[in-house]
Amino acid sequence: MTETRQPARYTEYHPRWYRSRVSTWWWLAQWPYLKFILREISSVFVAWFVVVLLLQIRALSRGSEAYAAFERWLQNPLIVLLNMITLFFVVFHAVTWFNVAPRAMAIRFRGKRVPDFWIVGANYAAWAAVSLVLAWFLVRS
Amino acid sequence: MAETISLEVFRYSPERDAEPSFQRYDVPLRKDWVVLDALNYIKDKVDGSLTFRWSCRMGICGSCGMMVNGEPKLTCATFLSNYAREQGPLRVQPLRYFPVIRDLVVEITDFMTKLQSVKPWLIRGKEKPISEGEYLQTPEQLDRYKQFSMCINCVLCYSACPVYGLDPVFIGPAAIALAQRYNMDSRDEGAHERMDILAQHEGIWGCTFVGECTKVCPKHVDPAGAIQQYKLTATIERFKSFLMPRGAK
Ligand code: SF4
Ligand code: FES
Repeated sequence: MTETRQPARYTEYHPRWYRSRVSTWWWLAQWPYLKFILREISSVFVAWFVVVLLLQIRALSRGSEAYAAFERWLQNPLIVLLNMITLFFVVFHAVTWFNVAPRAMAIRFRGKRVPDFWIVGANYAAWAAVSLVLAWFLVRS
Repeated sequence: MAETISLEVFRYSPERDAEPSFQRYDVPLRKDWVVLDALNYIKDKVDGSLTFRWSCRMGICGSCGMMVNGEPKLTCATFLSNYAREQGPLRVQPLRYFPVIRDLVVEITDFMTKLQSVKPWLIRGKEKPISEGEYLQTPEQLDRYKQFSMCINCVLCYSACPVYGLDPVFIGPAAIALAQRYNMDSRDEGAHERMDILAQHEGIWGCTFVGECTKVCPKHVDPAGAIQQYKLTATIERFKSFLMPRGAK
């Protein structure tokens, strides 16, 4: 059970090896790494949108005055800016996530693996469908 | 004079050098030459002390992996001409995150130990007698694990993985993909034995899904996919053993 718990193992009695250290800035060295870090950071912004949503629900439950105050707060330029950045990161999060979805989902149909294209496509289609339903609700009200 | 290309090659001698250095060589730029041909040209004609590993020259043995301009590559499958138009010399370095023994040769015992720890062989509860014949498999059953079985242990994926670089206890992409190769095999019954190793923090949960291992893999093994798929399996198994403490195993 603990076989891999020790530090990396190497042969004993060896000539002097050269080991390089990983720089603290490794994630700046290559665009794919930077993209990965941005994707990780984007989760903070996703969490921020959840907080905004919860605040909205709280304001809603406290009556129209509280809701008006909430809306005024939303119009604060700093909050607008923050929410614009957040929107960018949330979209980035969703797109990068959809693009890697086929790696995690090995779906088989009639004994063959469903091609990546279809899995990515299905994710985007679901996204579009949910957005349309929401848009319909908003337009109707 | 024929066209040439400059190579900047990592040099390190454990007896002589305290620190590694780069040495520059000019080699003929031939259309049909790969980086490994250039290294062999240097060794034969310019500097016999240059040390590197290779064998098959055709992407099968997995021993010629190096960093070429910062990317993990099989040098026998990386053409010089792809870099001819780039500024500056072509940088050839030993595979990243492994200790360097000499020049371009790295020490990969760590990977070998990890590979062994996931039991990459067919495990049977009980062998059936030979008289009952072989274990048959349909093309569909073969297809489930075939992709993972293409791995040539070149460890390029480890050099692409920042998690392995930062925390060498991580069991790493190829070892997990090879565990999956056997887990997905219809003849195998060892999935539970392997899970004890794989479902640890140093196993699949160490992976943060950077996804670079899959991009650099010369054999399209998709180790990142293997790891994410296994995360799903491990989670389901956990829930099962939670719901049915006795029945699941
Ligand atoms: S998974 Fe791919 S990159 Fe990793 S060792 Fe196997 S063949 Fe090489
Ligand atoms: S020399 Fe065998 S894989 Fe390159």
